[in-house]
Amino acid sequence: MDFTYTETQDMIRDTLSRFLADTYDFETRQKFIASDSGRDPAIWTALAQELGMLGAAFAEEHGGLGGGALENAIVMEELGKVLGIEPYLPTVVIAGGALKAVGGAQADAMIPEIIAGNAIVSFAYAEPQGRYDLANLKTAAKKDGAGYVLSGHKSVVYAAPWASHLLVTARTGGGQRDRDGVSLFLIDAKLPGIVRRDYPTVDGSRASEIYFENVAIPGDALLGAEGAGLPLVERIVDEATVAVCAEATGVMQKLHEGTLEYTQQRKQFGVPIAKFQVLQHRMVDMFMEVEQARSMTIMGTLKLDLPANERMAAVSACKAKVARGANFVGQNAIQTHGGIGITQELAIGHYFKRATMIEGQFGSADHHLGRYERIVLAD
Amino acid sequence: MDMEFSPEDLAFQKEVREFIAENYPAELRDKQDEGEEMSKEDFLAWHKILYKKGWIAPAWPVEYGGTGWTPTQRFIWSEETARADCIRLMPFGLAMVGPVIYTFGTPEQKAHFLPRILSGEDWWCQGYSEPGSGSDLASLRTAAVKDGDDYIVNGQKTWTTLAQHADWGFFLVRTDKEAKQQEGISFLLIDMKSPGITVRPIITLGGEHEVNEVWLEDVRVPQSQRVYEENKGWTCAKFLLAHERTGIAGVAASKRGIEKVKAIARTELDGDEPLIANAFFKRKLAELEIDLTALEFTELRSLAGPNAGRGPGPESSLLKIKGSEIQQRLTELTLEAVGHYGAPYFRGFGESDNEHPIGPDYAHRAAPTYFNMRKTTIYGGSNEIQRNIIAKMVLGL
Ligand SMILES: Cc1cc2nc3c(=O)[nH]c(=O)nc-3n(C[C@H](O)[C@H](O)[C@H](O)COP(=O)(O)OP(=O)(O)OC[C@H]3O[C@@H](n4cnc5c(N)ncnc54)[C@H](O)[C@@H]3O)c2cc1C
Ligand SMILES: Cc1cc2nc3c(=O)[nH]c(=O)nc-3n(C[C@H](O)[C@H](O)[C@H](O)COP(=O)(O)OP(=O)(O)OC[C@H]3O[C@@H](n4cnc5c(N)ncnc54)[C@H](O)[C@@H]3O)c2cc1C
Repeated sequence: MDFTYTETQDMIRDTLSRFLADTYDFETRQKFIASDSGRDPAIWTALAQELGMLGAAFAEEHGGLGGGALENAIVMEELGKVLGIEPYLPTVVIAGGALKAVGGAQADAMIPEIIAGNAIVSFAYAEPQGRYDLANLKTAAKKDGAGYVLSGHKSVVYAAPWASHLLVTARTGGGQRDRDGVSLFLIDAKLPGIVRRDYPTVDGSRASEIYFENVAIPGDALLGAEGAGLPLVERIVDEATVAVCAEATGVMQKLHEGTLEYTQQRKQFGVPIAKFQVLQHRMVDMFMEVEQARSMTIMGTLKLDLPANERMAAVSACKAKVARGANFVGQNAIQTHGGIGITQELAIGHYFKRATMIEGQFGSADHHLGRYERIVLAD
Repeated sequence: MDMEFSPEDLAFQKEVREFIAENYPAELRDKQDEGEEMSKEDFLAWHKILYKKGWIAPAWPVEYGGTGWTPTQRFIWSEETARADCIRLMPFGLAMVGPVIYTFGTPEQKAHFLPRILSGEDWWCQGYSEPGSGSDLASLRTAAVKDGDDYIVNGQKTWTTLAQHADWGFFLVRTDKEAKQQEGISFLLIDMKSPGITVRPIITLGGEHEVNEVWLEDVRVPQSQRVYEENKGWTCAKFLLAHERTGIAGVAASKRGIEKVKAIARTELDGDEPLIANAFFKRKLAELEIDLTALEFTELRSLAGPNAGRGPGPESSLLKIKGSEIQQRLTELTLEAVGHYGAPYFRGFGESDNEHPIGPDYAHRAAPTYFNMRKTTIYGGSNEIQRNIIAKMVLGL
């Protein structure tokens, strides 16, 4: 048993956190998220080319550092601490995860592009009617000669306005909710017939509604086997789920630290409010939630390679616990700040917003409790 | 004991329902349905209709313009206005400073201000909190110094809700620096157009401009605009806060809110079934509804029980705590119910304001409303402070 990080992992964390401390202070972030494009592309380029950070989770033969899920978790946690909106999750964790699983020519061609920072991939999987059900798909890809014709509507696709590529789930067979007939495609984001409506999100990122209007896509866009893609999709979404839990850990840590700091400065009734026992106990409870979120994220990350059922149970346990913790820590951080906590002025409110969105991302606590029960407590 | 409505109550309920159906402005209804932001004029439109009808201040004594309704009738009135989604009336004049003026004011103050509150001619704001004096309200430092028949007021207030629209504000100011904190405070009515007043917006998490900073620099206020005795303003302040807290319980509005969450949960799908069939979600709705029933009957007991008529006491803290928590859980359930469509954000990004929002109509305000409603456990005296009040005043700890 060993819960220490390797030297390389420590190095990744140190390098990244130093870089973010220099480039990503709260005011700078607020400026670029309010700009027209909503981001500063130089940061992504620097992450790739100066820091080599986009290669941390890829094999050396593709030009990476040979890491995996743990490296992803480290990067996501550091991004969480600065409220990073960089599209690491869809590009490296999700698309990278899919490519690693599939391997072959597609991985050889695309992974180096991701590592170099040339490709940004956005994950178009959710549909208006689908909620958290990954198989509930109306988007369809119909066979057309060597390729396919893609039609449908994907909702709230994070980072899509910045994407060079889209990773899309679509039906190549079966009924709307069947497990069979789901396929995964990696396509150029600029193909004719792709119509986007872009908008900001409440947590400072950008997203789009994407309409595929008879988009002709080549046959080699298909990742994995046609119609048998659901297990692959479930796997990459599980990886993404623990990755946002890692991000949540960073966000929660900042919510907690910010609250400790504030209550030691803010005086009411002639004393720092941190002297009130009811607030002390609350901050202790917040602390325990942060530590347990960290533990559950490590647990979930380490179990990603287990057989599907064990993996899914672990990921659901992790997400249910972290979602509840993020809710508790976020709400209490705001409450403990009093009026100033609900303004745009302080960073704390923005951490609360991101914590709130993570609660529902890839399934709410209830959704994951339900999945956990079905796997672990069946009969 | 009896919880049934009498035939008179039922007739009253019918009258109210018909009145609202016939008189509630259609333009307002349309704006609300579209989820548009309400302007000052929108708030005043319904106010003026109720004023003409004589129904603007059900809680006031008849001699000052109240309706003389029984507690049950007032309960029916809140229920019906909430059920019909009527726009809320601004509380600062009607529910807060009005009762202070008719209880503590001079005959001149009553004659001048009360009719203007009723008619909606004056929009009021509340100048209590200061940057350094939040929960510890009595530590406030904004000072008023006598100069002939006037006070000269200097200081800074904060969190002043909707001060950008206000004609008048009621302010707590320090008139004696030597006395014990609570004994050196006076209650002033200040014309917001007075020279020396500056109002600056504070933008809250959902993107709203709802609260402000108010700066007072050498503002001249006639002493005739002081309510009650000099240095005895704390009495008015506490009286007002108890009234404010009762209003915050918001039972009728939360009942309506639960109906709205249910409607969303019947529309949103979770697998093959509507979300409302999801066991977890259903359980949370049931718990919320039960908690709201407990709050409702607690409020009814305080309104119609043996202590009725003595005005709200420390039990208003209970109503404030439980009511605000329920309001927050409601917005939390709404956000959960809308799923992915809680994320798009459409405020303050220029042109996009005119576009149709993304996702279903009920979704696009879910997250900003959830963020905004975190205020309910903070304002009007935070819930921690309310618990301190109950511990001290009710439990004698
Ligand atoms: C949206 C909004 C609108 C408002 N509108 C108005 C208005 O129109 N007019 C007006 O005058 N004011 C208004 N307020 C101010 C409001 O009343 C104050 O925010 C509130 O009293 C809390 O003060 P504070 O924000 O300074 O928090 P603080 O007093 O700094 O409190 C910070 C935290 O410490 C806790 N705390 C403080 N003391 C204790 C204690 N003794 N024991 C345990 N916990 C404690 C608090 O509960 C809170 O959680 C508004 C506030 C908001 C958020
Ligand atoms: C954004 C915001 C922030 C606030 N923050 C603070 C704060 O921090 N500090 C502070 O001091 N105060 C604050 N307040 C005000 C205050 O806390 C309560 O909202 C107020 O006390 C409610 O009082 P009430 O119940 O008597 O008023 P209401 O519930 O409005 O009742 C007045 C009367 O009108 C009736 N009525 C209610 N709704 C309607 C309707 N739609 N149409 C017709 N009749 C109706 C009621 O039955 C009642 O008889 C804030 C208010 C707002 C809107």
